[in-house]
Amino acid sequence: MNSSTATAAIDSTGSAKTSRYTIVDRPAFKLKSLLGRWETLLALLFVVVFIINSIVLPNFLDLYNLADGTFNFSEKALIALPMALLIICREIDISVAGILALCSVAMGLAHAHGMPPHGLVVVALATGTVCGWLNGFLVTRFALPSIVVTIGTVSLFRGLASVVLGDQAFTGYPKLMVDWGQGYFFGIIPREFVVLLVFAGVFAVILHTTTWGRRIYAIGNNPVAARFSGISVDRYRLVLFMITGAMAGLAAFLLTGRIGSTRPNIAMGWELEIITMVILGGVSIAGGAGTIGGVMLAVMTLGIVTYGLALANIPGIIMTIVVGILLLITIALPRLMRGKKTAK
Amino acid sequence: MSQANQGIKAIFKQREALLAVLVVVMIGLVGLRAPVFVSPTSLANLLTDSTLLVMLALTQMFVIVTRGIDLSVASNLALSGMMAALLASKHPELPLAVVLLVAVAIGLLLGLINGWMIGYLELPPIVVTLGTMSVYRGLVFVLSGGAWVSSHQMPADFVAFPLGRLLGITHLVWIAAIVIALMWYLARYTRFGRDLYAIGNEPASARYVGIDSARRLFWTYGLSGAMAGLCGYLWVARYAVAYTEIAYGFEFTVIAACVIGGISIAGGSGTVAGAVLGSLFLAVINNALPIMKVSPFWQSALTGIIILTAVLINARGNSKGSRQILPLHLVNPSSSRSAA
Repeated sequence: MNSSTATAAIDSTGSAKTSRYTIVDRPAFKLKSLLGRWETLLALLFVVVFIINSIVLPNFLDLYNLADGTFNFSEKALIALPMALLIICREIDISVAGILALCSVAMGLAHAHGMPPHGLVVVALATGTVCGWLNGFLVTRFALPSIVVTIGTVSLFRGLASVVLGDQAFTGYPKLMVDWGQGYFFGIIPREFVVLLVFAGVFAVILHTTTWGRRIYAIGNNPVAARFSGISVDRYRLVLFMITGAMAGLAAFLLTGRIGSTRPNIAMGWELEIITMVILGGVSIAGGAGTIGGVMLAVMTLGIVTYGLALANIPGIIMTIVVGILLLITIALPRLMRGKKTAK
Repeated sequence: MSQANQGIKAIFKQREALLAVLVVVMIGLVGLRAPVFVSPTSLANLLTDSTLLVMLALTQMFVIVTRGIDLSVASNLALSGMMAALLASKHPELPLAVVLLVAVAIGLLLGLINGWMIGYLELPPIVVTLGTMSVYRGLVFVLSGGAWVSSHQMPADFVAFPLGRLLGITHLVWIAAIVIALMWYLARYTRFGRDLYAIGNEPASARYVGIDSARRLFWTYGLSGAMAGLCGYLWVARYAVAYTEIAYGFEFTVIAACVIGGISIAGGSGTVAGAVLGSLFLAVINNALPIMKVSPFWQSALTGIIILTAVLINARGNSKGSRQILPLHLVNPSSSRSAA
């Protein structure tokens, strides 16, 4: 059963086995290739920003401040994780902020009708999953481009949310939600951040160590080939959309608990911030490449930049310029370094 | 099957004709419920309200035809509109034509930045315009310092122009009519326009036959930007106010109008008539809802349902010959069917 020897990377020297060849599962470790990785660059950027901030801003290194600084990205990052999987799979979901709004409204309704606090999590997750299923169903069943479908569903979801809300707002959420939205573990680590780290771990394991993860990469690299090699491409897509919806529901639970109310403009414009996080994290918009580690590094880097700007009293909208420019440089730099175009 | 029947069927196979009939039927139905809707003044208002969307949808159409997308139009509109408003309020002595030209020039420049990165650097349009969208929107805030420019700061002729009338028709409608004619000519009879369809249909073949794709894309996004600049001035002057959030989220409305008009996000197909009718369709709905006494909160949800319906209908219509989809998608329906 040594069929593997036929096509092999060659390493004939010291192997004690019968075969003259061994197959190297992964490329040998090289410092140069490690340094060239996008994640390494991001980590360097993170360190640089961190050092600059701690020198320039006197209160930056205050532990309580730093911990509180995680609040402004935890919910977005929770959605960025499944979004990374979707984009690796060559799909995209513009409707996440709409799903979040609708989940928040669903929780508000359920709460107003006397649903116990623990049930609200279920309501949010269920609403999100249903919304995600609708996206996935339209994309897979009718072979529609996901960008068009989700541009449609974002109006639908946000519209339904505003129909229910009208000019009102839901407030007075139970203590459980406030605890999870604003609370801390051990009095210092925000619970939201812990939730984020746990999910980042889960997603990293799924994407990088399981068959499912490898198949997601396979689909992203070549959906047709993936289908022919027996991967149920459409089922993966559908499930990924549903997971994205569910995570948006979870984010809705945390965000609603944190700000304590549901208003029509909740999470407005988040879809683009989330997609920016993912792309900045090195996930290729063409699909098939990217890591959860990269996304988390991008999230953290953006997080401390925002936090630093906030400490320096710079308005949040300046942040959008910084993020936009970062995004453009991110994608333009590798292209510019490769030099002049080679016409295909 | 009689000959006439076949003829009618052929017409209805055409998406544009179907859409036109739909728009008329919808106006008629709303008119039955609320006769005030079909009064000449109301219809004229409807037309005026739809113009900005029509113009932006037309240039977005060219972008989508090349398999691209321009998410930055609304931010570009806000930035050039804000700059026009600031210029006019700081220098009221400048003639209106100069302000207008400046707005268009700024829009063009912002669009060409997109075009350079997408055309010459070959970066994915969705990412590039996502980035410039944030940057342009942020710049509006930086320029204005977060303050509003309101009507009393703007010169009177600056504010009066869009709704001013020539031969009883507002300037907005005249401008839109000229733009529609120009775009129709551009799409059908110029080399530039035909090249865009070629690029969208089969980028590799387009390169083989010698089309300079990079330059074409550069100017396509430039065109989209220039139109955003023009609409920026018109928007600010029409509503007589400029602030950071103007036209926030309007890019999705523009794209929705294109999708409803049957312009395939896969690139390579789409007509001027489709873009115009798609925009009119959305405008009719938005104007009819208040008259039908439907809560304005329903507007967004209905728009979503309409977009989804339109996409589903279009997907059925070209289930045979549809082709690739943005950079995000490579499976077309027929191949995924056969694979499944």
